[in-house]
Amino acid sequence: MIRALWQRRRIPLASLMLIRQPVRLAVALAGISFAGILMFMQLGFRDGLFDASVTVHRLFDADIVLISPRSTSSVSMAGFPSRRLIQAMAAPEVEGITPVHWNLLLWRNPETLGTRSILALGFEPGHPLFTDPTLAAKAKLLTQKGRVLFDEKSRAEFGPVAKWFREGRTVESEIAGKRVRVAGLIGLGASFGADGNLLTSSETFLDLIPNTPSGSIEVGLVRLKPGSDADQVAQHLQSQLPDDVTVLTKQGFIDFEQNYWRTSTSIGFIFTLGAAMGFVVGCVIVYQVLYSDVSDHLPEYATLMAMGYKLNSLLGVVVREGLLLALFGYLPAYAAGQGLYLLVRNATQLPVAMNTVRAVSVFSMILIMCMLSAGLAMRRLVDADPAEIF
Amino acid sequence: MGKSSLTVDIHALSHWYGKGSTRRQVLQGVDLQISAGEVVLLTGPSGCGKTTLLTLIGALRKVQEGDVDVFGQQLRGAARGQRQRLRRRIGMIFQGHNLLRCLTAEQNVQMGADLLPNLGYRARRDQAREWLRSVGLEDELGKLPHDLSGGQKQRVAIARALAAKPKLLLADEPTAALDSGTGREVVELLKRLAREQSCSVLMVTHDPRILDVADRLVRMEDGRLYQTIS
Ligand SMILES: Nc1ncnc2c1ncn2[C@@H]1O[C@H](COP(=O)(O)OP(=O)(O)O)[C@@H](O)[C@H]1O
Ligand SMILES: [Mg+2]
Repeated sequence: MIRALWQRRRIPLASLMLIRQPVRLAVALAGISFAGILMFMQLGFRDGLFDASVTVHRLFDADIVLISPRSTSSVSMAGFPSRRLIQAMAAPEVEGITPVHWNLLLWRNPETLGTRSILALGFEPGHPLFTDPTLAAKAKLLTQKGRVLFDEKSRAEFGPVAKWFREGRTVESEIAGKRVRVAGLIGLGASFGADGNLLTSSETFLDLIPNTPSGSIEVGLVRLKPGSDADQVAQHLQSQLPDDVTVLTKQGFIDFEQNYWRTSTSIGFIFTLGAAMGFVVGCVIVYQVLYSDVSDHLPEYATLMAMGYKLNSLLGVVVREGLLLALFGYLPAYAAGQGLYLLVRNATQLPVAMNTVRAVSVFSMILIMCMLSAGLAMRRLVDADPAEIF
Repeated sequence: MGKSSLTVDIHALSHWYGKGSTRRQVLQGVDLQISAGEVVLLTGPSGCGKTTLLTLIGALRKVQEGDVDVFGQQLRGAARGQRQRLRRRIGMIFQGHNLLRCLTAEQNVQMGADLLPNLGYRARRDQAREWLRSVGLEDELGKLPHDLSGGQKQRVAIARALAAKPKLLLADEPTAALDSGTGREVVELLKRLAREQSCSVLMVTHDPRILDVADRLVRMEDGRLYQTIS
């Protein structure tokens, strides 16, 4: 089979045509790489931002999450009666629950005294909140009133809290006009809706927001017994509980948040548009290059037709040129993408990284770009009239 | 002479260019027969229709009126695919060499050999080398057309045309771009190699110094063909 193909091998016209015009080849590859890099960056940012919007959501120790149907996203969580969470305990699959208070509060930077909104979560220090096992020990520190655990990955605008704390200083600040003291550090990560996070006990939380209706919580975590089907239990609970509560699986909770940023903001549109621009620019460049390549070689194509080569086999040459350009334009774009992701990760803390889906989709876009351009450039080849070359 | 031994058999061929009021007749009832292995030279003033006749025989143009029979195939009304297949059996040598600039001499000749069916890559490459040797270019295999002289390029073009093993060779002023000494050499080479392959040749030329290589001379004037006894 391989042998037969080897025997049928022809002069590699496409690659020779490209290689023998190094300047044009360089322009084409630079254009494709540029388009590829642009697409990698824009899509990387977009996915990174969507990913970052659920940094905290992913950490919860829960199989099912209860929220209010009036909640639209992490930045506007509404309350629902905590009774519902107790009612959920009735299901045989349920192993445990954790009621969570959730709100954005104003944190005063202890250094500059400016305020900035921070995501505060309030829970019973004895209850499991995150899957991270080191939290349990730190949670004990919250039993004392007015203590908070500060997220050391919060943005620098909240003040040098982590630095001071590690230096052994007592870090105090004000939330909603009330004095709090940092009892410890945790590592969660800034998300899209919140530049920083802190944890506190329910008691302290209610103290910070005294007008919270009693018995109202924003998030209810439900843990199931091993081997339970979360989807099924969620459906069952939803049908059992009144409709002042929405029952989601943990993945559903993550999707709910991402979906908000995807559909209710222009972020997705803006970055997708950026990627589309890269695609269009790439198309124009590749088309220009292939078109002038075909035009330049028109007498040679006509000669081949006069010799008896089929038009299709000549169109095949243009297609192969497109394929080669796609392949060798993609490789540097991929390498540069990796490097830039690293830079962005270090500079912004955003979880921007290469993944297979994006690597494949950018390659597909480049392939489509090159094939589209080749298809358009081919129309020029139809002008090659072997009768005109004598 | 039996019709079957004719490589080319043309009867009452007329051709027009243009449409409507600009329509102009360039061939007027041309008759021409070329037997297998015969070398025919076609001369005539510029613009009298020689190239047009060649493109019609070479199946590069649609026949409008008259009969053009090549290898026993009627070209009037022939479909594009049929003309393309027929072209594989006709070697063509152009005024300019028309080599592919991005290919070496060897690769250019192999573009001709690649048209041969049922031959492995290596066999085709060996044939290409063999042809370059017969045109005396065995030392220039790896050179690009750019680095070859005019005569060398035209010899590569001959090798390329013959590499496809044609039984008819059409050449349009192959010596036009060459000095007379080189031109003479090229034409003699062409004739010798065509003879060895028993390939018919129809060559257009203005060059009076090469007329003696022909078996037969025909002269064209204003779209009409006159047989000349040589
Ligand atoms: N594609 C074309 N369209 C219109 N007129 C043409 C075309 N090709 C050639 N002619 C005209 O037809 C006449 C014959 O041309 P041609 O066959 O090239 O003559 P020759 O090869 O003998 O010089 C010339 O007057 C030329 O101007
Ligand atoms: Mg002419």
